[in-house]
Amino acid sequence: MRRRVFQAMGLGRGNGVGRGGRQKGYRCRDACCRERDDINLNDIVPGEVCRICRLHGCGSVRQRLLDLGFQPGREVKVVRNAPLYDPIELQLGDSFIVLRRREAAHIEVTHA
Amino acid sequence: MPERGPYLVALAGQQNAGKSTLFNMLTGLTQHIANYPGVTVDKKSGSYFAEGRRYEVVDLPGCYSLAAFSLEERVARKFLLEDRPDVVVNVIDATNLRRSLPLTFQLLEMGFKVVIALNMMDSAERRGLEIDIAHLERRLCVPVVPVVGRKGRGEAELRAAITKAAVSEHVTPATLNYGSLEEAVARFQAGIAADAAFQDVSARWLSVKLLEGDSEAETFLGVRLDNPHGMLDEVYKARDAFEAKQGLSSGDHISGCRDRHAAEIIAASVTDSKAGQVPVSERIDRVLLNRFAAPLFLLATVWAIYQLSIVQGYELTKITWPFLASFRNLMAGILPDAGFLTDPQIRSLGLWIVDSINTLLNYVPIFLILFALIAILEDSGYMARIAFILDRILHRFGLHGQSTLPFILAGVFAGGCAVPGVMATKGIPDARARLATILTVPFMNCMAKIPLYTLLINIYFPEAKGLMLFYLSTITVVVAMLVAKLLTSSVLRNEETAPFVMELPSYHLPTLTGVARRSFDRTWLYIKKVGTVVVAIAIVIYVLLQFPGVPAEKQLAYQAEAEAAVAQFYETLYGNPLRAAVEDPARLVDLINVSSAYKAARLNAGSKSAVEAMDVTLAEDHPDFVPFVLRSRDADAKAANKALRDLSKQRSTLRREMRSDRIEASFLGSIGRAMEPVTQFADFDWKINIALLSSFAARESSVATLGVLFDQDEGENATLEERMGEQQAGEGRTAVSAVALMLFFALYPPCLATVIMVRVQTASTRWMVFSIIFPTLFGLAVASAVFTGATALGLTGLQTMSTVWLAALGLLLIVALPKPWLPDFLPGGTREAAE
Repeated sequence: MRRRVFQAMGLGRGNGVGRGGRQKGYRCRDACCRERDDINLNDIVPGEVCRICRLHGCGSVRQRLLDLGFQPGREVKVVRNAPLYDPIELQLGDSFIVLRRREAAHIEVTHA
Repeated sequence: MPERGPYLVALAGQQNAGKSTLFNMLTGLTQHIANYPGVTVDKKSGSYFAEGRRYEVVDLPGCYSLAAFSLEERVARKFLLEDRPDVVVNVIDATNLRRSLPLTFQLLEMGFKVVIALNMMDSAERRGLEIDIAHLERRLCVPVVPVVGRKGRGEAELRAAITKAAVSEHVTPATLNYGSLEEAVARFQAGIAADAAFQDVSARWLSVKLLEGDSEAETFLGVRLDNPHGMLDEVYKARDAFEAKQGLSSGDHISGCRDRHAAEIIAASVTDSKAGQVPVSERIDRVLLNRFAAPLFLLATVWAIYQLSIVQGYELTKITWPFLASFRNLMAGILPDAGFLTDPQIRSLGLWIVDSINTLLNYVPIFLILFALIAILEDSGYMARIAFILDRILHRFGLHGQSTLPFILAGVFAGGCAVPGVMATKGIPDARARLATILTVPFMNCMAKIPLYTLLINIYFPEAKGLMLFYLSTITVVVAMLVAKLLTSSVLRNEETAPFVMELPSYHLPTLTGVARRSFDRTWLYIKKVGTVVVAIAIVIYVLLQFPGVPAEKQLAYQAEAEAAVAQFYETLYGNPLRAAVEDPARLVDLINVSSAYKAARLNAGSKSAVEAMDVTLAEDHPDFVPFVLRSRDADAKAANKALRDLSKQRSTLRREMRSDRIEASFLGSIGRAMEPVTQFADFDWKINIALLSSFAARESSVATLGVLFDQDEGENATLEERMGEQQAGEGRTAVSAVALMLFFALYPPCLATVIMVRVQTASTRWMVFSIIFPTLFGLAVASAVFTGATALGLTGLQTMSTVWLAALGLLLIVALPKPWLPDFLPGGTREAAE
């Protein structure tokens, strides 16, 4: 229900997708990605666990996400939304990381 | 024995790994702190001695890897490459091994002698992580020392390991294998190793960096080789070939290899006995970051900071102020004595400087408390949560979650200082948001703005004090947000932005020493940075106010009046036996000085016994002055006392008139007058112009200058409020003028100390100049518009302020609310924020 309200406000999934753009010549060989192509971390509701397929975007955002451990194949749990819905808190292994939804939209995932 | 230089030790590690704590542990008090821990980009260095050798320790900025993307990483990497430390101590958060090890691999690849300091072992134990240190050492082939930096555990072992590594000749070979890319890595490695141009860098590291697509590595190649294109082409070819074959960029593959290798090592050396359990920090967050509770906790925290630092801090200043006042009295005693009409220049200047320093030092107790509380917030881990909660609102206005700390420091409510506020912007990773924060932080209500507010509110709004203060302290935040939005969508539009990616650290109990140290460091920095500037500017302002001085003919008129007053004094005392004591005019001046020093000291004396003690001293030092200064029943003494009081009164009146004339004739007075044609639209006269000009040195001086301009006898004891109110009312000034003045003051450019800090933090004179000019024009425009508009509409002062406040709030909401009709507007409305 809450989700629908946010979507009505234009805050739902898909925010920010495509801003960074996919890198040239970038293809995903991971089987998981082909089945359900367009779910990203921004779509996952708090409490759910998902698996990272790949990272879009480029440059420093991407590098920082990789450094923090957002590596393809790893599991991520969405812990909570901020009180104002954005940003979101994620659990990756033992660490808790905060991302804006716009950056989260760069991370393509699949339900674990 | 030949002279041996010190060993160079670098501390490398991620943010929040406790590098600063370990650095403090190793170097103790020998360090040179240029900046704040945790938010440093500048180099911190210190040293210690072990076994007859000096070890110079450098704390590198926190970094996750050694890529060339963030400034911190570039700084760290540059240092490692250029200074080639003898030992690199890799500080690792034991609770977060997996994310830390990739940096270790890179350090090993660079060919450094690495010692791992496995920090926060106590947290790891509490979390139920059992780390097999011996296994870790075996896998990484480097010494691993478990330490608890906050408690100083493992210090000796760490020093021993550093010494051993520094002495040894053995360099650990990198053990990480890049799988399907290994062949290419090895090929370039061999090529680089064979080239004489790269003797001082690790061939394997450079080879990996080139294949990773690291821009700086490519530049490096260009620097070292006359013609790097051959090798670069080969690198590009290898990268493309790999990507075509694997469907994965080589950079991602390398990063993935490091991550998998880390995971593999950890799987074999760490047992998690509490796996699956919810960590304590997360359980706390379930309450503190709860959707509904979070704003309440945040408000409670900010309220507590305000109460403890500002309210209680002011209580403390009541205890410390008498010390500063007696310092002033002491200086007044040391400096050459005052004359009857004019004082020696050195006395005036000396006291002027002492007063400037005292106003500054008066805030020290408040700063100590404030900085200690902020250190607690940072160390405990709650600061990061504040950024998490507020990021959305701040982001809406082009700011960043981490802009919160600077705003709190600068005084979101009332009372703060823009100098530490601007300094604290260092931690903001987003360049655009950082600049916007730097330029809007001075709008906050710094402690020095409060006296002028209180003064004007007491004169014009005695019945609505609370409401006016509320309006003023909230409108500055509203305006800061609006200006931030304005700047980020205009002049700052093309600045670089960065994503909001932040780790929420586990909660830690802050340590007393850590908090105290940070608090003292920051306060000291404030005193040092601001103190020197304030003294320098105080002198400049003094000169501008003193010269060219009172015109000669006026001077003569004053002289004549003074002589008349003195003659009057002698005449009154004709036949009085006490007159003999002051028969010499020089003695008379002495008497007046003794009397005013006595009065000043008496004001500062706390108890009755202290006053009695003063009386005794006076009787000992100047027995013949006693009848004049102290009240008594004796008829002669009464007459003498009264005559002296009359004379002092006349003297004060003359001095005040002269001072007023002097200021009017002064350079600053001329400037103030010259500005009247512009400032008249905001209803500022030359006196207010002067006060505003002088407040550029330090805001406190605005009230002090007004105090001089609306000066009166000490004896009359009329408050500045009454004096100013009377004179201003006489000049037809109304509450609306006061509103215009307060608004201008709220938006007025940062004081000089802040401006200098802006220069330091932005490393740009252009932004410094902008930070002065923009708020001046903006403030003047607002003040003029408000005054002209309100006068035309015939509003009262309170009505004006309410209208302005509501208008600003309305504008804020318009900017903040989502605009569905603008397709490409930033996603994420703030409807909840508005409610």
